[in-house]
Amino acid sequence: MNDMHDAEGLQADPPRRWFPHPVLSALLVIVWLMLQNGFSLAHLVLGIFLGWGIPCLTASFWPSRPHVRSYRKALSYALLVIGDIIVANVVVARLILFSRPADLHTCWVSVPLDLHTPEAITLFAGTITMTPGTVSADLSADGRSLLVHCLNAPDPAQAVTDMKTRYEARIKEIFE
Amino acid sequence: MNALLEVLVSALIVIGGVFLLVGSWGMLRLPELMSRLHAPTKATTLGVGSVLLGSIIWFARVDGVPSIHELLITLFLFLSAPITAHFLAKAYMHVHVDAETRLPRPGEHGWSTYDAAPGKGDEQVGEG
Repeated sequence: MNDMHDAEGLQADPPRRWFPHPVLSALLVIVWLMLQNGFSLAHLVLGIFLGWGIPCLTASFWPSRPHVRSYRKALSYALLVIGDIIVANVVVARLILFSRPADLHTCWVSVPLDLHTPEAITLFAGTITMTPGTVSADLSADGRSLLVHCLNAPDPAQAVTDMKTRYEARIKEIFE
Repeated sequence: MNALLEVLVSALIVIGGVFLLVGSWGMLRLPELMSRLHAPTKATTLGVGSVLLGSIIWFARVDGVPSIHELLITLFLFLSAPITAHFLAKAYMHVHVDAETRLPRPGEHGWSTYDAAPGKGDEQVGEG
C-alpha cells in the first residue's frame, strides 16, 4: 500500500521524478570519484551524470524511498556489524578446522520479522549472511518471516532470539 | 620504523592468506551445499579485508598518499557477498524441491520460492 502511494508520488512530484534517490545519487558521485583515485572537473561532471542517470533508470525497480531516521545509529550499526564480521570469520574458521562435520548442529530456522519496509528487511538479511554462522536463504510468501540456515546452532530458539535482539531491534530504530 | 611497517604488512598478508586457505578448505570439508556456503561468505571476507588493509598501508608508505581503491573493493565485496549467497541458497531450494518438507513453516503461508504471495494464489505458482 505504502509502495503504491510512493510510486504515485514519484510521478507527480518533479524533484522526486528527476532525483528519485538523492542519497544514492550522492553516493554514486563519491564512489565514481574514488574509482578514479583522484579529483578532476571532468570526472566530477561524469560522476554527476552517472549519479543522476542511474537512479532515474532504476527508479521503477525501487519505487519507495527509505526513510533513515538516524544516521548516527546507522553508523554505530555499521561498526557493530564490522566487529561481528571479524568475530564471525574467526568462529567459522575454527569450526572448519577443529570440529568434525558430524558434530555440527546445522539447522534451518524461521525468523519472524518485525520489520516492514523492503530496505530494512534486505539490510537484516544481508547482515545475517555476513555474521556468525548464519546465512539467510528465503523470505516467506507473505513477507513476514525469513528463512535462515545455521551452521552450528545447538539451540535454534536461542539463535533466533540473538538475531532479533542484536540486529533487528537496531535496524528497526534506524528505519521505522 | 620501516622494518616494523614491513613486519606489519607481512603479518596482515599472512593472516589474510590463512583465512582464504581455511575458507577454501571449508568448501572441501563441509558436508553439503548449505554448510559449504558458510565458508566463502565468512571465512574469506576477513582474508580479503586483511590483504587489502596490508595493501593500503604499503601503498601509503611507497607512494606517500593512501590509495582508496581498496576501500571500494571492500564495499563491493560487502555488497555482493550476501546477494551471491542468497542466489546460491535460492538455487539450492529450486534444485532440492524435497527440502521444503525439512524446512520450518513460516506460518500460514509457505516460503516464497515454493508458494505464491497471498492474494495472488490464482497466478502461476512457479516450479514448487
